This record gives sequence, structure tokens and C-alpha cells, in this order.
Amino acid sequence: MSALLEAQGLTKTFGNGVRAVSSVNLAVDAGETLGIVGESGCGKSTTAKMLLRLLDADEGGIYFDGAEVTHAKGKALKNLRKRLQVVPQNPQTSLNPRVTVRSSLEFAMRVQGYQRGARAKRIPELLSRVGLDPSYAERYPHQMSGGQLQRVAIARALSTEPDVVICDEAVSALDKSVQAQVLNLLVELQRDLKVAYVFISHDLGVVEHFADRVAVMYLGRVVEEAGAAELWANPKHPYTQTLISSTPGRADKRMVLTGELPNPANPPSGCGFRTRCPVVVDQCASTWPALNVVGRKHFVSCVHHLDVAKPPEEEVARAS
Amino acid sequence: MSAALSVTDLRTAFGGKRDPIRALQGVSFELNSGETLVLLGESGSGKSVTIRSIMRLYGKTTDIGGSVRLDGRELMTLPEGEMRKIRGRSIGLVPQDPTGALDPLRSIGSQLVEMLRANGMATSRSAAKARALELLDAVGIPDPKRVARSRPHQLSGGMRQRAVIAIAVSCEPAVLVADEPTTALDVTIQAQVLEIFLDLQRRLGMAMILVTHDVGVAEEVGGTIGVMYAGRLVEVGPAAAVLASPRHPYTRGLLESLPRPGIKRGELPVIAGRPPLTGERIPGCPFSPRCPLAQPECRIERPPLILVEENRLAACPIVGHAAGQDLREKVSA
Repeated sequence: MSALLEAQGLTKTFGNGVRAVSSVNLAVDAGETLGIVGESGCGKSTTAKMLLRLLDADEGGIYFDGAEVTHAKGKALKNLRKRLQVVPQNPQTSLNPRVTVRSSLEFAMRVQGYQRGARAKRIPELLSRVGLDPSYAERYPHQMSGGQLQRVAIARALSTEPDVVICDEAVSALDKSVQAQVLNLLVELQRDLKVAYVFISHDLGVVEHFADRVAVMYLGRVVEEAGAAELWANPKHPYTQTLISSTPGRADKRMVLTGELPNPANPPSGCGFRTRCPVVVDQCASTWPALNVVGRKHFVSCVHHLDVAKPPEEEVARAS
Repeated sequence: MSAALSVTDLRTAFGGKRDPIRALQGVSFELNSGETLVLLGESGSGKSVTIRSIMRLYGKTTDIGGSVRLDGRELMTLPEGEMRKIRGRSIGLVPQDPTGALDPLRSIGSQLVEMLRANGMATSRSAAKARALELLDAVGIPDPKRVARSRPHQLSGGMRQRAVIAIAVSCEPAVLVADEPTTALDVTIQAQVLEIFLDLQRRLGMAMILVTHDVGVAEEVGGTIGVMYAGRLVEVGPAAAVLASPRHPYTRGLLESLPRPGIKRGELPVIAGRPPLTGERIPGCPFSPRCPLAQPECRIERPPLILVEENRLAACPIVGHAAGQDLREKVSA
């Protein structure tokens, strides 16, 4: 079965020579959650923008429900936007401060051709769905708290009945006590509506809790991908290991990295992580290894973890 | 012996006499040399206002009441000129955003030298320059000479924050206050910077107040934790004890709501409602509208911080009462 949303070999270089994303492969099945983690500058938001077709990829392809949408235009693009939605990080800036919640929700649906009657009926339903009283439709963003606004942003994303919602740091700006409420809401919506999430976050604790599968990005590439439980129990890539051990509160088994993220406009030769890697060897300077299968649906790009066994064909196809 | 820093009933209100926003509603604590107080809380709880009020960084329209004593000397009544000598020299500040704290047009080295010279920490320019390089080295900057020549935009966020820490500790202040010093940094860099920070504090024997919203950071820093809610401290105690067995229902709810292994997706325990806005007026206990243990009397009277066991304070009569009962039972048993 092919995935619902799939990216193959996505690459993006910006005008200033910064190669933000290099040959990224990702796949999201219906109803599942793919987490993407990494530090600032690793290319996670650029990847999200390409998936959303807000940025054009230089190379590579994007496939939605079996159809290529890499260069979709006009009607095809509009249809994609209906089925592929986004919840951005900051609802204070993503919602128009001059219009009511009702207008924001109306607009999203009107663009996608929902009739007046259907829109009027759906707005109170959507608000109750995200745990807000329908009377909030008449409020303006400044009359609401951050958690409430993020619920509106979620309602807006759901208004067009999407199959995939990309959450770009969607809970990062919220206070912890509110973050838990919104995370629970997202899980509940997934259960009821079978929506898939691409959940981008720098907060490892949240991703561990929330995602089914996780891709770890470093300097524009996916360096490891595995099921969430597998990744935390058994991280293979030295970067993943340091990232997990750097989570505050895990000081006992901390691995502290020495250097800093290299300049993406002038990356090191070979593996991008070798300048900070605790287990670097000579080989690392020559090539950045492809993702290799190291376990069941577990892929790592590191010379220390080349193929452990001849993998089943299906997994080879995804890894390459 | 008097404490290095003693804060009593600190109250801060913004916006003039009519309908002021009461951001801080009576915060008290004491801190000795070498001790650390971590102020933990969500946005609007008053953590940053506490340290900015201690340093008197607000303008004339802000009304600050209460007492702040540094080595026994009252700061609230000092003339502004005297207060200026305290800032940087006796109380060092590490702000959250290093970019805003540095002058973008001048090299890191010259900003360090200025700090050292202005506070009489170096007798000559060349001595100040030498000391600046030592300080940059002390905060783990790999190439101090190059960094001293660099301007802020030429450095990464982690390097900038280290430079700011070097400036803050350059005069070996008695008290170091840090407002979310690692929040703007990536996790791998955060771990490096936090380590340097704690090492410097130990070596210089400074008293430190660290503000954070991150429970993981609070756990790592240790010392004493003061949990803030709605402009006041609601729980105070040793970090390990507070995090392992929180007393106040808010602290308990906050810790339980964090994602962690063993909690099923979609089943995170939550605190109902939302955190109060800065200065929002809530009758009685400010947490009572969200509190699972709230009784009718909680909505009438504001509970004071009371001793609930040795070294542990909590502003909740319900847990305080229960704890008292436990103690009595123990005594009778």
C-alpha cells in the first residue's frame, strides 16, 4: 500500500546558498502521526512548507493519495489544500485580529466551496468539537487566551475535512498546563476523524508522547527514523542519542556535544554531524551515508550502522 | 547572620493609581551566598516581574512596594544613582534574549572591557582586555580572541548567550539573576550552557535566582524551587522534594500534565481552565477556579504560605491541614 502523503528526495537550496533540505524522504499513512524533531535550522519547517506547497522544492517529488502534487496548480492545488491543512505555531499571528472567529472559519470554508447553509451549520459544530462554546464564534482573537486561539486554529484546519494536518510547533507556544489539554484534543480528533498528523516539534518529550513514528533531522537531512517507542528505547544515531540525553532533567546520562551546528551555507564534507560527533571516524569525511535498515522500520544514516541483515524488499524501497 | 538577599512582601503594580495591574502580590524569600532559588511558573505568573522588581528595572509609572535587602542594605529606597552601582556590580543579570542584551554595533570584547572598567574591576585597559579573554574562556568559548573581536551578529545564539553570561559574572556579583537563560537555545546547546552556568555559580559562590518555565531545567539546577502562580509563591521547598512529591494542587497538576513515558496518548492528566492573566483578579485562592480540591471557603480567603512539613511551604489550607493531621497521627502513634 502506498502512503497517503509521501515525499521523495525533497531538496531545497535558498538563494543565499543555504541548503536547507537535502534528499528527504518521508511517508505518512492515513490516520497515523509522523513526528519530525530537530534543532533550529535543521530544515523541519522548510520541509513542512514544501509538503504544504508553500515553497517549491528544487528537486524531488510530493505525492498525495497516489497522485503527484509536486507542481500541482489551479484546481488540483486547491483540492490539495482542502485535504492537507496546517496548524501553525502562533495563533496570535495566524488568525486575522480584525475579524471574528466566525469570519475566520467562514473564509476557510467559503474558499473551498462550502455553501452558506453548510458553513452556518458547521461553525458551532467545529467549535464544540475543539472544546469551545459556540458563542466564541462572535469573539475577536484579542478576547481569547493562547490555548483558546490554538483551538480555533485547529477548528479552522479541520473545517475543510482534511486527511492530513501538519502541526508546525503547534503546542510550543502554550503554557504546559494548557499544552496537555491541546495534545489530548489532537489525539481525540485523530481517533474520531481518522486524520493523519505531521507533528513538527523541538520538544522531544511531547513528540515521544504524541507520535507513532519519528524522523530526526540534522542539517537538512533525516538521520534516523523509527517508531517512537523504538527510537527512545534504542536510538542508534549518535545525534539522536545526544538529543535524547540532552533533554533537561536527564543529566545523569547526559552526553554533551562539544561544537555547534555548522553553517548550512558551508556544510562540512561527508556526514554533516561529524564535526560534533563523539564517535567520528576517518570515513565520515568522505560521504554522508544513506539511510540503512537497522531494525523493523528503523532507519539510520551512520557508518557505524550499516545494514545489519538483508532487509525485506518493502523496507528497502522506503529506505532508498 | 543575615541573608545575602532578603525579599519581603514584594508588590508590583503597573499602570498608575486607577485600576492598576497587580502583577506581584506579596513575594518573600531569603537567599544565602552560594544558594539557588529557581522560580518556576507559567507565563503571567510573575517570575520575571520578581527579578526585574528586585533590580528596580521599571519606570516611574510602576509602583513597587515591599523590601529588598542586599547584605542588609535596603535597595527600595536607594537613590537611582546608587542603585545603578548595584546593578551589574552586585547583582548580575542574564536575560532570556542575548541578542537584545548586546550592543549590535560593538565587539564582544569592548562590551566586556566597558563593564570591567566602569565597575573598577581592572586598573588599566590592557588589564581589562586580558581579563575579558579569561572570562570568555571561563564560559567555554573555544576561541576567545576571535570572539572578543566579533560583533554579536557574527556569533551563534549559544555563543552570544555565553558572552552575556561572561558580562554578567565579570564583576563577580554577590547575586546572579537569570531570566530563562537557556530557553532560546537548542537542547544540545542548552545542556552545555546550563552546565557552564552552574559551574560558575559554584566557583564564585554567588547566590542565584533562576527563572524558568521548564520543569526539566528546574530539576537540573536544583537548590530551592519556588513555584509561582498569579503573582505569588504558592509552594517553596528543596527542588528534589518538590518535584518528587509536590504539595500544592497547582504544582501537582503542572507536573502531572507533562508528557512522560507510561502515559497513554490522549490521556494526559490536565488542569482545567487556563492560567490567570497578569494581575487578573480572582477572589480567594487564585487557583481555586481550577483546583480539584477546592472547597467553598477557598473562594473567599486568600491562603498564606504555611509550613506543611520541615522545609516545605505551601499556600493551601487543604493540603496544609491534611499534612498537619499526618504529623499529629505520627506523633500519637
